[in-house]
Amino acid sequence: MAQTIFHPAASRGKADLGWLKSYHTFSFGGYYNPERMHFGALRVLNDDTVDGGEGFGEHPHDNMEIISIPLKGGLKHHDSMDNVAVINNGDIQVMSAGTGIFHEEHNDDQTEAVQFLQIWVYPNVLNVEPRYDQLTLNKDDRHNKLQQILSPNPDDDGVWIHQNAWFNLGGFDKGLSTEYQLKANGNGVYVFVINGSIRINGQVLNTRDGFGIWDTDKFTIDILEDAEFLLMEVPMSF
Amino acid sequence: MQNIEILIIGKHPDIMKTILRLINNKPGWNGTAVFTADEAIEKGNAIPFNIVLLGAGLNVTESKQIQEHYKVPVIQHYGGGSGLLYAEIYQALNIQP
Repeated sequence: MAQTIFHPAASRGKADLGWLKSYHTFSFGGYYNPERMHFGALRVLNDDTVDGGEGFGEHPHDNMEIISIPLKGGLKHHDSMDNVAVINNGDIQVMSAGTGIFHEEHNDDQTEAVQFLQIWVYPNVLNVEPRYDQLTLNKDDRHNKLQQILSPNPDDDGVWIHQNAWFNLGGFDKGLSTEYQLKANGNGVYVFVINGSIRINGQVLNTRDGFGIWDTDKFTIDILEDAEFLLMEVPMSF
Repeated sequence: MQNIEILIIGKHPDIMKTILRLINNKPGWNGTAVFTADEAIEKGNAIPFNIVLLGAGLNVTESKQIQEHYKVPVIQHYGGGSGLLYAEIYQALNIQP
């Protein structure tokens, strides 16, 4: 029988640095909750808003797969591998931090805030050579269907990471249903509602709610109101 | 109250500096950084560490050597001095912020 966990949007940790407002689904920075450390290999799900002209100065990462998904506006990235890029709403960015990387990221606009999700997944191999990639997604490919945006396979749809994980985005109209079939035994799925309202396994999820489901090979998503959501399938043991 | 003594071992000098700075910014925490398993074991003879963090770049043999030597929690540190560092230590030592 499927096991589930529900994380209402309001239960997330919050950081407000003035220029940065961040909601943490799992313990991060100054937010510590031993009951909210990770969902399987999914360690960080931060819902960030950065004021115009502001951003994160140079800082390091290692041994983590870091995925950024802009929801509104653009984010400028510069790293120690000399990658300079802007990712906008509709793009996805991935960094394998591996043996170590420094980077900085700033709002690409001087006035309008940028909103983005930053997601960290534990890698399945330590100390890889750092790498960076980004991809522009076709939003039409997720209207009333699931669009794979990440996998473990370089030749598959979306970006790839060093973990047995698959991410899908969906943008569905009210009244529809869709089924998600898990790709690997031992995996679970963390669902994050970007906006709208859906129901899974009897649990209603609204904007920014999170929901984990595991010990199942598939589940159905009912669309209660027009909704955009992110499915993150990750190993529960790693 | 005694300081919490934290040993961090890793290969990236700039990341080690960041981790050390973050640890030492916490009142009551004292960090020591080294780059090899041999140094880690040698330091342990002088300082009674409460926890040992394995940073990036260590090979399996080095990590195992350190894990076998220390009787205190030895954990893999992920992220490189990022937003995970404090939570990893709180959890391993079962302490609250």
